[in-house]
Amino acid sequence: MIARAVPPPAADAAPRGGFSFGYLDERTKRSIRRGLLKAVAIPGHQIPFRSREMPMSYGWGTGGIQVTSSLIGLDDTLKVIDQGADDTTNAVNIRRFFAKTCPGVATTTRTAAATIIQTRHRVPEAPLREGQILVYQVPGPEPLRHLEPSEEKTRKMHALEEYGAMYLRLYEDISIHGHVATAYNYPVLVHDRYLMSPSPIPRFDNPKLHRNPALQLFGAGREKRIYAVPPYTRVESLCFDDYPFERETWERGCAFCEARDSYLDEVVVGDHGERLWICSDTDYCAQRTETA
Amino acid sequence: MTPLLSVRGLTKRYGRIVACDDVSLDLYPGQVLGLVGESGSGKSTLLRALVGELESDAGEVIYRTAGGDELTVNALSEARRRKLMRTEWGLVHQNPRDGLRMHVSAGANVAERLLDGGARHYGTIRETVTAWLREVEIDVDRADDRPGTFSGGMQQRLQLARVLVTHPRLVLMDEPTGGLDLSVQARLLDLIRRLARTLGLSMIVVTHDIGVVRLIADHALVMRHGRIVESGVADRVLDDPQDPYTQLLVSAALIP
Repeated sequence: MIARAVPPPAADAAPRGGFSFGYLDERTKRSIRRGLLKAVAIPGHQIPFRSREMPMSYGWGTGGIQVTSSLIGLDDTLKVIDQGADDTTNAVNIRRFFAKTCPGVATTTRTAAATIIQTRHRVPEAPLREGQILVYQVPGPEPLRHLEPSEEKTRKMHALEEYGAMYLRLYEDISIHGHVATAYNYPVLVHDRYLMSPSPIPRFDNPKLHRNPALQLFGAGREKRIYAVPPYTRVESLCFDDYPFERETWERGCAFCEARDSYLDEVVVGDHGERLWICSDTDYCAQRTETA
Repeated sequence: MTPLLSVRGLTKRYGRIVACDDVSLDLYPGQVLGLVGESGSGKSTLLRALVGELESDAGEVIYRTAGGDELTVNALSEARRRKLMRTEWGLVHQNPRDGLRMHVSAGANVAERLLDGGARHYGTIRETVTAWLREVEIDVDRADDRPGTFSGGMQQRLQLARVLVTHPRLVLMDEPTGGLDLSVQARLLDLIRRLARTLGLSMIVVTHDIGVVRLIADHALVMRHGRIVESGVADRVLDDPQDPYTQLLVSAALIP
């Protein structure tokens, strides 16, 4: 799967305006790919990598961009989403960044047409297939961080599989709210071994990580960590025996496409608090309204 | 009877200073050992070396597990030692802030060792937690409050519940009554004594307070300059001290 990741150092991909194909120089890309290989070999385990300064601030997806940049080749088609949408600032700018730095690479908004999908905080609604790569932008890669501020200690906890304390948050949620109230960045156990932060995707998307045919890569630029979920890997959301994991549900469908199986955003549309519930995945919504 | 814990020739140096000098002791099942001495006598170093928090320079700590195996604790891999600390051993810190998670609720604090042990049924965990809070005389209504809102005595009792919830076989206490006022101390000691009896705990209690030893210990050890200068049945050591230093220590107590 990663074998295809070596991009052609072709003549037509020569540096333009002093930049390499995909912005990063070939050596950096190679070192990142090496990190990615290791990440795929140990599902859910965080691999440190030499994160570079990118021409945008941390928090804008520098980790995801570096991962995409080290994978993208001329035969790729790129899709970028931010909270499910193709047309928000973050998504538009990252797509433009790659259009500029990777001349010849096609971009798309269609999930099915893309080979690489870079995402911030959502997993597309349409099922992914083998050969596709989903690249997550990750702000905080360490799921144990709120329990233990020391990196040395969290690494030890991962090494010794000391994950009991992670259930404290669920325990408190149930004690206080009667149900698990954690709505995003809901911790998962990958391949029955490593505890992993799925990045701030809604809990709704957690089941999509499980045995997904696509390769899922996670990049955290500021924290300098890469991790991965290889295709068809077991990904389980933490839960109690008597309080099984549940996704969110809505009492209505999308206002545009009437989808009932999609993650809905609540949008205030008037001065008097009128609201609309619409699909967060704009492509999914558009495909449905077109075919209808 | 074979001892639960045997310490042989334990030595720990900090540069030129010898904090623990060739310390040997035995702890038998169900026994409460009081370890007294002034500040700087090496009590806390000994305790930290026992739990493997400090690497000792010489000597052995041998522990007999529930399964009957003999473990050399200071030669265990870190993984096994940490597991032992979370299952068969328990450590009660002097400052409850060191032993508790201050940013999660009291109930979650008690639940942690159960979760560490693999309990994954919320209903049963909650029941056990409630029973333990009752056991240490903490109002069950306060189960979902943060320990920061508790008084010092309550925090210390919560720490006891957090450690005892998995029924450890060996409990180590470092100045459990430190920083508490007298009436609260008395109540806590009462509680410790009752729990030690009903659960048949084996304990090592480190303290500088002779009164604590008199109340809860069966056996007393007196430390000075890193060495054990006197050892014997608690009443004997306190009422008929042989070593000049112990004599001084006992006579210096406000209420002997």
